[in-house]
Amino acid sequence: MTGRIERRFAELKQKGRAALVTFVTAGDPDYETSLKIIKGLPRAGADIIEFGMPFTDPMADGPAIQAAGLRALHSGQTMKKTLKLVREFRAGDKETPVVLMGYYNPIYVYGVDRFLKDAKAAGVDGLIVVDLPPEEDDELCLPAIAADINFIRLATPTTDDNRAPAVFRNTSGFVYYVSVLGITGTKAPDIKSVGKNVNRLRKHTSLPIAVGFGVKTAVQARAIAKNADGVVVGSALVSAIKDSLTKAGKPSPKTVKAVHLLVSDIARGVRS
Amino acid sequence: MTTAQVNSYRTGPDEKGLFGIYGGRFVAETLMPLILELEQAYKDAKADPSFQAELDSFLEHYVGRPSPLYFAERLTEHLGGAKIYFKRDELNHTGAHKINNVMGQILLARRMGKKRIIAETGAGQHGVATATACARFGLECIVYMGSVDIERQKPNVFRMKLLGAEVVPALSGSRTLKDALNEALRDWVANVEDTFYCIGTVAGPHPYPEMVRDFQSVIGVETKRQMLAREGRLPDSLVAAIGGGSNAMGLFHPFLDDKEVEIIGVEAAGLGLRTKKHAASITGGRPGILHGNRTYLLMDDDGQITEGHSISAGLDYPGIGPEHSWLHDMKRVQYVAATDKEALAAFQLCCKLEGIIPALEPSHALAHVMKIAPMRPKDHLMVMNLCGRGDKDIFTVADILGVKL
Repeated sequence: MTGRIERRFAELKQKGRAALVTFVTAGDPDYETSLKIIKGLPRAGADIIEFGMPFTDPMADGPAIQAAGLRALHSGQTMKKTLKLVREFRAGDKETPVVLMGYYNPIYVYGVDRFLKDAKAAGVDGLIVVDLPPEEDDELCLPAIAADINFIRLATPTTDDNRAPAVFRNTSGFVYYVSVLGITGTKAPDIKSVGKNVNRLRKHTSLPIAVGFGVKTAVQARAIAKNADGVVVGSALVSAIKDSLTKAGKPSPKTVKAVHLLVSDIARGVRS
Repeated sequence: MTTAQVNSYRTGPDEKGLFGIYGGRFVAETLMPLILELEQAYKDAKADPSFQAELDSFLEHYVGRPSPLYFAERLTEHLGGAKIYFKRDELNHTGAHKINNVMGQILLARRMGKKRIIAETGAGQHGVATATACARFGLECIVYMGSVDIERQKPNVFRMKLLGAEVVPALSGSRTLKDALNEALRDWVANVEDTFYCIGTVAGPHPYPEMVRDFQSVIGVETKRQMLAREGRLPDSLVAAIGGGSNAMGLFHPFLDDKEVEIIGVEAAGLGLRTKKHAASITGGRPGILHGNRTYLLMDDDGQITEGHSISAGLDYPGIGPEHSWLHDMKRVQYVAATDKEALAAFQLCCKLEGIIPALEPSHALAHVMKIAPMRPKDHLMVMNLCGRGDKDIFTVADILGVKL
């Protein structure tokens, strides 16, 4: 059976363009604003939506996404509320794929079986869990596949030809290629080497490959979209949220709009 | 967890890096190839007699091992029960047990051809030990330290700088040890080619818990030999303080299969286990996943990590080494806790009775010794790991006692 992610990539392939995958942290800067932001993302040009599940100790994330997680946690975001956010989004949008991204501990503490059941019911299509490499597939990857949720794997510049088969063995939906050695939102990707690595990985998988980490502008997005099936933008959106906040750190009337404007701009880059 | 009998408590971890359900390799994909490379390099080094010979030579001539097993006669008289011995790891070069592990890892880094060393530190002891070994071998050294800890531990920050290390403040999260660990992992992800991550305790992804344990086991191996020479038999009990748990694991591990030896780990109870201000991961936490391994952690109901608190900056880590978690579930080691107040009283008593200024970390172990030694018979042999000296803590203690230096 085909899921939303598979359908979305197939549609876009027919249209001959890459997907724009947008990342925002669930509950940043607060629940209500976050809901408004995500509800407007598809209209602004997002093809796939990633929600970060906030965590106190995000070891693969740079300062922008770390701060977004803490903003969300301080405003009272919990795993339950993140799933509720997906449910509310899904009530108004049956087709846009939703991927939850984060770290294992909040899922483990929620309970793996309970989490998969509630996530499926809420309308979650895929999971990206940064600290679960293939060596730990028994933990969540295999149960997620059994629950009919895509388990999307990160491939990195250190994923060489020896390691690639293990990385792609139990993955589905798409592959998230981390374009730089490092954490989110810091270095800018080197377009040439990204293209080379994406082509190298295609020898190991027939899944669509989306490229992320460090993509901030429409120009970068366009360049990457030439070689990839998707472009992920995260830190730039999260920074747009931060820049729109009042001095007290509260959402301003500009907050929701700032994110949507940036998404529209980058979407034009991906589609041109 | 069941407490089914096992033939040996010393065979872990398994090939997945697990001690029971604890441990593992919960890291980002970027780091996975590095961790596998490290595992192989450590396996090769372990099997190479020349590696162990080189390490032994540095431990003897540079670190100053073996450290004495000292009969604390006046403390024994004062408490009126068990015969108390101190394992004097505070006499090591750099003043704590941390250097045992650092020497091993730095020699391994050299073997692997790595030129850039990164480390995390809380109180600064592991940072100082790493900076020391890097100076000795001419390696670049970067130490991540929470900005809150940098403020609290100025003398150690200056020591590291004197030794040529760069001290980088961790400004994220709560800006203490756990955040320093996050920053070190972030550095490693960005510098995979030339960098060796020298972890300071028996935590982190496999193979670190095993490797650090092996390097620290010199403490227990010596203790066994020294006690047999002094008393003609094994000790009846071992007591050690636990933050991440490396000094305790080093003392305990060689004795785990000597089932007649009672083993006790002492966590930091801070202001008390009923308050939220403590750092007792086992007695006050539950299993979760952080920094590459599954272990007992301090966290809230939503799986968010909370802050540890202790008078001792070396103990306020919200986790504990995974092997300790397993030994707790298996009931082989008993885990208890001592408060800030009890540790401070033990600190003062040790200064006055034995002429030794202990670090606040082993003062927690001593606080427990003070509780149980009076109830044991006079022929009971008790060993406490005096894993660090207290010079670094005199400012903290003076502050609490209301003395202006």
